[in-house]
This record gives sequence, structure tokens and C-alpha cells, in this order.
Amino acid sequence: MSLTIAESDRTCTLAIADSDRPYLPRGVRLKADKVRGGTVLLAPEKAVALDAIGEAILSRVNGQARLGEIIDDLAATYNAPREQIAGDVQVFLQGLRARVFLQVKS
Amino acid sequence: MTVPPPIAMLAELTHRCPLSCPYCSNPVALQGRQSELDTATWADAFQQAAELGVLQLHLSGGEPASRPDLVDLTRAAREAGLYTNLITSGIGLTPKRLDALEAVGLDHVQLSLQGTHADLADRIGGYKGGFARKMAVAQEIRDRGIPLTLNAVMHRQNLDDLDRTIEMAVELGARRLEVACVQFHGWATLNRAALLPTREQTEATKRKVAEAEARLRGVLAFDFVPPDYYSDFPKSCMGGWGSTGLNIVPDGKVLPCHAAETIPHLQFDRITDRPLREIWYDSPAFNAYRGTDFLPETCRSCERVGIDFGGCRCQALAIAGDAAATDPVCRKSPDHHRVTALLDEAMRDADGADFTYRVAPR
Repeated sequence: MSLTIAESDRTCTLAIADSDRPYLPRGVRLKADKVRGGTVLLAPEKAVALDAIGEAILSRVNGQARLGEIIDDLAATYNAPREQIAGDVQVFLQGLRARVFLQVKS
Repeated sequence: MTVPPPIAMLAELTHRCPLSCPYCSNPVALQGRQSELDTATWADAFQQAAELGVLQLHLSGGEPASRPDLVDLTRAAREAGLYTNLITSGIGLTPKRLDALEAVGLDHVQLSLQGTHADLADRIGGYKGGFARKMAVAQEIRDRGIPLTLNAVMHRQNLDDLDRTIEMAVELGARRLEVACVQFHGWATLNRAALLPTREQTEATKRKVAEAEARLRGVLAFDFVPPDYYSDFPKSCMGGWGSTGLNIVPDGKVLPCHAAETIPHLQFDRITDRPLREIWYDSPAFNAYRGTDFLPETCRSCERVGIDFGGCRCQALAIAGDAAATDPVCRKSPDHHRVTALLDEAMRDADGADFTYRVAPR
């Protein structure tokens, strides 16, 4: 179970706008892993073990919250610079979007 | 070594199938209906698998829709907390059945594709009218919004249609395309001359997949299994023996991979005789090739040993005559010349080679 992060040169078409509302499409869901601990992202024929950061991001992805709001919430919760959080979230979510584990609506 | 819990389980519910593809991954000795596990035994196996740590369940066959209890089995898998993938040719999935599968929580369908048009697909599948029925099922899946993967099994006779295959995946609304080049075990070895692609086809395929993957990022995800006879290094078979996945065959035998029964000195336990947990952690068959200690020095001293674990055990046996040998696909293998010879032989005999079709089990 490993997570591929999108490389920066591939991001032009996958970038998520602050006003976009990301969501997990049908067939992609979070699950508590009772045997190994932690949370896994389940997708068609794939399982991705999430680290604490991934879990913090995806627990806020619900199809309603806009990316900007998710970043604001994370920056406030973890008392971290918004710019840095925005970069981390963008890289993480674009990696999922590249694999069609995540989609966005405006 | 510490043995991790398994992530995925392949449940071969039946060997029965209306198709007779000449590369079928089922063993050459097929099991008939009378030896198949019943619904309750499968349901219990799913529960045990979930408790053991399995996250992904692949409901497969043969054709899993040949089981009249497919809906009940899917329900049992979801109730056990497993992510359920249905691996199917589509034949036997009526609209009513798809509704029922959706209602019990089927997560995802992987639909096989034998070719991009009826003439080719029906010839390869050995089933007239199969392509038209498959396309109708694909539309039903799409209409319901069930997540879809197209599994294009590719070989000499259809690799030149790869561009069209990719287009079809997008048109059918698939999120994922497996470009699965035939691996040579069981039935496929009987058809090597007819199925082995040329080196030119293999190079073109790698190029096309890389191009399409970049172009369709975010639209269609790719899983690519290249024809390994042309590779410099072996595939990381099953991510290492007994490390991530297991397979239960129709009569309940539990295998480390779907071809493991080709290794004759291994004895496989049945789910009806022993708890799955014991089979995974303690059985001699699962421990036979775990880790890398059993490998020859060629592998143990290689910087890639942690990447490919010496390759495929079944292929090592089939070509090098020793299941503990370096996979002879590897250019470092002392048996690599045998792969080269098989390639030469297949290329020489390719013209006019007929298929030996899979036969129907009783």
C-alpha cells in the first residue's frame, strides 16, 4: 500500500481551485483498518494506507466544503502557515485526482 | 521474518464460464460444479478474510455470474466489511441482477475485453455473440454509475488495436484500464505461438500506454502489465509470495497465487479443513517462498531483490525447472537463454498457429 504523489510537472490539468468542492466518487471510501490500525482509502482494486496528514485532509473532503475552506480549517487546526498547508493539500489531492480516486465539482 | 496480514483475496467462485479464452488463468485441469463450495462456506471464508486483514475481495471465476448465488455472496462479502470487486465477462449479468448486486453494495466491476470488435472478440473468447452482450452490459453498468474498470487482455492478435481499446475505455465511462498482456501459465502456454507479441508490438505498447496515461491523467487510470518475456527484469509477482494476497479456488483450496498448483510438490490446505489465519501464517505452502532467503546467490546479492523478490515462482519452475530459481525472464538468470529460445520458437511458429481453446468443466 503506497501513495503516489503527482509530480509537479503533471499538475497543469489537475490543479484544484480554491472554489472547487472535492469529493470521493462512488466506489472510493475511507475505512478504519481494524487489523493494522489507522485509516485506509479504498478504491477499485486498490487500498492506500493514509498517514495522519492524509487522514486529516480526507476527513474534511465531503463534496460540500470548498478547497479554500478545507485549507483554512487545516491551517487553523494545526496552527500552520496557510501557504504551506495549501501546497501540501494540493499535491496530495492532485495525486488522488490523477488516479481518479478524487473528483471535484464547482 | 514478520509476516504481514494479506490485503487482497481472489475468490474463484467457479471454473464454469461461457467463454473459452485460450489464455484463461484457471488451471488446465478445471473443477466441475459438484466440487464447488456452497454459499455458507464462502460467506464464512469472507468473514475470516476480513478478520485476517483482507481489505479487497475479488469475486472471480471462471465467470462468477455462473453462480446462481452471486448476489448472496456479494452481500455476505459487504457484510464482512470487504471492498467487493466483481471480475466478469459480463455474460449472465442481466439488468435485474445488476440491480440486485447494486442493492447489496457491490463496489466495482472489472469487465474483461477480448477485442475491440465482435469478429475479433468472439473469435478469441470462443463465444459467438459475446461481444454484443458485453457491450450491452457495459452500458447497463454505466447507466447505474457503478465504477468500472475495463480489463483488456492483450496479446499478438489484438495489441495493434490498443489505441481503439483506450478510446473504448473512455467511451464506456471506465475510470481505469488494465492493459494486461498475457502471462504464460496454464492455458496460455499451450498457445504461446499464437499469443506472444512481437518485440515491435511490445515496444509500441509501452510507448502508447505512457502517452495515453499522461494525456488521460485524471480521466482514466492505467494498470499496465507488460509481456514479461521481453523484460530485462522479472515482474514482482504477487508483490512477493505470501506477502499481500491469497486465492481460494472453487473447491476451497487456498493458494498463494492463482497458478501455484503448477508447483507439484506444494500441498494446499482447504478452507473447510483449517482456519484461514493458520493457512496464511503457518502452512508450509505459504511459507515455502516467503522472503528472499530461499533464492540463489544471483538474486540475494542483487540490488533489485527487494523490488521483484526474484520474480515468479511458477515461471521459475515452468522454464528453469526449479520453483526456487531466479525467474528466467531476468537477464541475470543462468536460464535466460531458455526464454530467448521460447521467444524464437513462438515467432517461428506464429503464422497460422491455431488456438487451443479452454474446454468447459463438467
